[in-house]
Amino acid sequence: MSDAAETAIAAELESIAVEQPLREAARMFLRNGVAVLGLVLLIAVLILTLVVPHFYPVDPFDLVWAPFSPPGTENAPLGTDYLGRDILAGIIHGGSATLAVGASAALITIVIGIAVGSLAGFYGGWVDDLLMRVTEFFQVLPTLLFAMVIVALFEPTIVNVAAAIGVVSWTAVARLARSEFLRIRSLDYVKAARAIGSRNNRIIWRVILPNAMPPLVVQSALTVGIAILFEAGLSFLGLSDPNVMSWGFMVGSNRAYLLDAWWTVTIPGFCIFLTVLSVSLIGDGLNDALNPKLRQR
Amino acid sequence: MGFLGFLIRRFLNAAVLLLAVVVLNFLLINLAPGSIVDTIAGEMGGISQELMDKIRAEYGLDRPLYVQLWSYVVRVVQGDLGYSYFYNAPVTELILDALPQTLLLVSTALLLALVVGTVFGVIAARNRNGLFSHFITIFALVGFSAPVFWTGIMLLIGFASLIPIFPPAGMANPGTPVGTIDYVIDVLYHMVLPVVTLALIYLAFYSRLARASMLDVLGADYIRTARAKGLSQRIVVYKHALRNALIPIVTIAGLQFAQILSGAVLVEAVFTWPGLGTVALEAILRRDGPTILGILFFSSVVVVIFNLLTDLTYSLIDPRIRVEARQ
Repeated sequence: MSDAAETAIAAELESIAVEQPLREAARMFLRNGVAVLGLVLLIAVLILTLVVPHFYPVDPFDLVWAPFSPPGTENAPLGTDYLGRDILAGIIHGGSATLAVGASAALITIVIGIAVGSLAGFYGGWVDDLLMRVTEFFQVLPTLLFAMVIVALFEPTIVNVAAAIGVVSWTAVARLARSEFLRIRSLDYVKAARAIGSRNNRIIWRVILPNAMPPLVVQSALTVGIAILFEAGLSFLGLSDPNVMSWGFMVGSNRAYLLDAWWTVTIPGFCIFLTVLSVSLIGDGLNDALNPKLRQR
Repeated sequence: MGFLGFLIRRFLNAAVLLLAVVVLNFLLINLAPGSIVDTIAGEMGGISQELMDKIRAEYGLDRPLYVQLWSYVVRVVQGDLGYSYFYNAPVTELILDALPQTLLLVSTALLLALVVGTVFGVIAARNRNGLFSHFITIFALVGFSAPVFWTGIMLLIGFASLIPIFPPAGMANPGTPVGTIDYVIDVLYHMVLPVVTLALIYLAFYSRLARASMLDVLGADYIRTARAKGLSQRIVVYKHALRNALIPIVTIAGLQFAQILSGAVLVEAVFTWPGLGTVALEAILRRDGPTILGILFFSSVVVVIFNLLTDLTYSLIDPRIRVEARQ
């Protein structure tokens, strides 16, 4: 059979196989109130951090008013911190660093995890052995501590922080991808793809991976939440880029005064909580929509 | 190859993993911009050429890289993790001094979460669509989503400031003489908030895990058999189901305990608890290389040991695992 014909047939089969369940899953997701709540929350957070800053151009590092002004102060609706910086400006401008690091760290995690896991699961044998030893090695490293070390030894730029988080988090995704590939590679439609002469590359990325996606998508949502918490933890400890305002940094830099100025730590922490909560709710909804069999749990 | 072969394989595997961690540590020292001597010099605000040479010789930085690596490995194997110029003490000693406080904090929190979480999970599983079951689901989501340092701070604002019943920081009042009953009480009193903070995250996780595990087991055939024999609901749930449902819970607890340090760093920072996490953070902020890498290695050892113990316990309970490991 010619290459073009094979591609055409395979594409046709894929579109039949993939589209219907996707639409079904989307419908189930949107019917799930909790999941929709998560989606709305996430959109609200995205608007707050990406759109609102243009309408509130106060520099979060500027000293705008007397230190420790409580919320409701003129010029600083959410109060000021120990240096007199505007909390509202920090909330509005401090989200983008958290989200950027969270998203890129999650992306690194997912890409490394899927690459390692799918190759190990598909090829088996010594490839699997080698890749699993590497995975085990990264699992042995204490996650937060190792990320702290990387960030401390190299510069704490946004890229380095994201890379550090990605490097310590990918093992869970890899294990999941591997077990999915192990399960799927012996199924009939994979044999069929082999029979029509598809090459390994095609089988891995176009045949098995789309079918392994449901649990991986759920795990990815979890990963985003974990990455955001990681970023928040690192900046809380003072290990993030000192020139970039972030929610975790706000909590960390004000924590010495938490008993006198509750608003300086409560509000930014609550923003982190809401952001992670939105992602977790979406993950839960995706889990229900993509794995209907588990719903009775 | 019998059980002994399995044992040997596991031990060899663990040894290789640890060796890899040592090599990684070594690479981190050498890859990071600026040598460790510069870091120490910078940290001490400039030091004499003499001391610099001494440190250089101590780290063997004048010798070829593979010689350095070898001597580093040899020293680590002998339990020598280097010397901290910031703390002015051997790193091994620093770690062993701070370890008990962290162990006290983390094991109390983990145990509390394990017991309460299992109870919650069992109650929720007995009535899977009941109010409590939904509460567990929400509680687990909230527990996962709240940054641990923020939870700690909220507890501090609530119970050390608004209702000032607990101390805001430290492990004991400086005036309390060590070794007396008063001291023990004082420590327990200081422990409450940090333990609750740490336990809350684990608790959220365990109640959900216990619920899922119980539901899984309750659907199994041998439970149906037990019910068919006419055993009471109570005996079925607690004697048959719970025992089996506990296996994954305990396994995960073992694996999580291994990650103690990662959990402890943030909580210790919030409550100024004098444990290993505090030492690690201080060392990182001061760029105290030997201490950082020593703690990193030490926690990897803890992880490997716990994985090994979990593996062994598991293979004693369930011989199938030995077979699978060989394949």
